[in-house]
Amino acid sequence: MALSQPKDAGVVALIDALGAVSDTGCLAAARADALTRVRATGLPTRRDEYWRYTRPDTLTQAEVPTAAVFAHDDAPMFGEIDQVRLVFVDGVFDPAASDDPALAGIVIERLAEVQQRDIHWAKEVYGKLETAGQTPVARPLAALNTAFATDGIVLHVTGKAGKPVSISYLHENDTSDAILHHVIRIDAGADLTLLEQGPGAARLNKVMEVEIGDGGAFHHVQAQGRDHERRAVTHTFARLGTESRFKSFTLTVNGVMTRNECIIELTGDDAVAHVAGASVGDGNFHHDDTVFVTHDALNCESRQVFKKVLRNGATGVFQGKILVKKDAQKTDGYQISQALLLDGDSQFLAKPELEIYADDVVCSHGSTSGAIDTDSLFYLRSRGVPVAEATDLMTLAFLAEAIDEIDDPALAADLLSRLQGWLARRRS
Amino acid sequence: MLEIKNLHVKLEEEDKQILKGVNLTVGAGQVHAIMGPNGSGKSTLSYVLSGRGGYEVTEGAATLNGTDLLDLEPEERAAAGLFLAFQYPVEIPGVGNMTFLRTAVNAQRKARGEDELSATDFLKVIRAKAKDLQIDAEMLKRPVNVGFSGGEKKRNEILQMAMLEPKMCILDETDSGLDVDAMKLVADGVNALRDAGRSFLVITHYQRLLDHIKPDVVHIMADGKIIKTGGPELALEVENNGYADLLEERV
Ligand SMILES: Nc1ncnc2c1ncn2[C@@H]1O[C@H](COP(=O)(O)OP(=O)(O)OP(=O)(O)O)[C@@H](O)[C@H]1O
Ligand SMILES: [Mg+2]
Repeated sequence: MALSQPKDAGVVALIDALGAVSDTGCLAAARADALTRVRATGLPTRRDEYWRYTRPDTLTQAEVPTAAVFAHDDAPMFGEIDQVRLVFVDGVFDPAASDDPALAGIVIERLAEVQQRDIHWAKEVYGKLETAGQTPVARPLAALNTAFATDGIVLHVTGKAGKPVSISYLHENDTSDAILHHVIRIDAGADLTLLEQGPGAARLNKVMEVEIGDGGAFHHVQAQGRDHERRAVTHTFARLGTESRFKSFTLTVNGVMTRNECIIELTGDDAVAHVAGASVGDGNFHHDDTVFVTHDALNCESRQVFKKVLRNGATGVFQGKILVKKDAQKTDGYQISQALLLDGDSQFLAKPELEIYADDVVCSHGSTSGAIDTDSLFYLRSRGVPVAEATDLMTLAFLAEAIDEIDDPALAADLLSRLQGWLARRRS
Repeated sequence: MLEIKNLHVKLEEEDKQILKGVNLTVGAGQVHAIMGPNGSGKSTLSYVLSGRGGYEVTEGAATLNGTDLLDLEPEERAAAGLFLAFQYPVEIPGVGNMTFLRTAVNAQRKARGEDELSATDFLKVIRAKAKDLQIDAEMLKRPVNVGFSGGEKKRNEILQMAMLEPKMCILDETDSGLDVDAMKLVADGVNALRDAGRSFLVITHYQRLLDHIKPDVVHIMADGKIIKTGGPELALEVENNGYADLLEERV
């Protein structure tokens, strides 16, 4: 049986809808390989164990479910921060709205241009981390992305980047289907802060591959936009060298369907990876954080901190795994996922997992969900704080542990004010 | 000031009557003490007055300066001037002590139609009051009561009271857990607040606190009722003889 024989009808329909895979330039082989792989695995279905808590159909169907463009008058996210701004509108790069990408310590290019060349370093990363991340669990939507991505940013960080690079994803078309793929290489000792914001499209499939050299550092903060009807599936694949650092934080506010996967491989000794998220949802909200951290080197630290606030029937999902390989001694692994349920209709589904083959490790994980503590609420109210304000104080306190994961106080303050705004709009 | 009439309270969840007809009137500017055996209903009374959930008033009334307390939300009772220093102050991780107090002070001012206190004015006031109670600045920055020692929690209650300037202050065993010096500090804090327009209901097991905060009236509570009311000498009697005689008298 030919490997390229599609396994299910869904994958055929979606692949037909997406058209031909680009077959020229330096990324052609990676794309062809990804297409073969996704044809072989098929797309996720509800029967897949890895998609048990999240219905993949709206992410895999050929026709994009419409998502009304959400109008709001918020100040732009991270607006106060000096940055190099790159803008995509419904998945299409907007050069006019973007800054000149010339910046000391970093080379910024577009995937759409890079792939036309015959020779480019991106070839060594594009699809490679994604492919490695397909075992032990298949991630077909990431392979699909590698095959069909129309554009993305290719970053080569050679020193300490002069300022953060920000990518804004605007959503202006209610049936847009965007597939973006970013490739980031951080050289030994180099340092990058990447900010991402915005819904991106009616449906966004985004992959980011990040290779961090020895002693390199990657700081990442993203906010997925307030659009209620948008859908997104994102995969972040990171490979960490010796003594390197990876820190990623995601804020998700609203959205009918979000699946964020983060796949981290600690391959050099003494590396540190922190991944955290705060999400808040009201009503028709489904948010899934799926994290897979593999320790494959000595004395590495990983940390996962996820907090979700859910109300009016919102659903939160967390699947987090720490895999410690046989020789990854002195691993320090930590994982916590918690949900605050503001009413009885909302639900939190969690699957925390540890798989440990080394004997000298410290790993812990915990998962809780619960309502606001009534004694604390009464204590605040007894001092005159009205119930709505007291509830907000408690809710922000609940989220604080996740927000604390952000190193930069200005960024943390910005995210906190968004969360305060979201809560304030829900006061009845 | 505070008037409690024939107050009957049971637990909401079970058929357990806890207060069985409490009558108590505290006049403006007065200090009343309530003593009584463990489990007699003293904390329940203070919780019901401040509006904690889980209780059901089956009979009776409670008013603060003529306002029906039992009809109000807890925050409205606070804005009306009621304050409870908790027997067991609650730890609230993630909520800063300072943020909490400023939110509380300003919420009460707002509810009373007064201007909010600016951040700098608030800081000035709280620093001075914290100093009086020997609460250091570092403690103010910590989350509410988290990691505070028993005595620190109690002093923090008094700091909150000093900041909120309530009219009717209920102190539920504020002396328990305090060392001798801290007790003096807390008593000084309370005495500094004593004034013709402010009343205190001091729940305690020991005469010691009442040496510092001189009560006008002492009540003995047993089995959900006030069984005896008298002057300061009643507290001394309890201190010396326990409750046995008083309970017997009642039978
Ligand atoms: N939520 C509750 N559930 C069950 N029993 C309760 C509850 N609240 C109060 N009680 C009971 O009511 C009675 C009165 O309790 P309360 O705490 O008011 O006593 P107290 O006089 O303050 O005692 P102490 O001097 O020990 O503080 C006790 O028997 C207690 O067990
Ligand atoms: Mg008590």
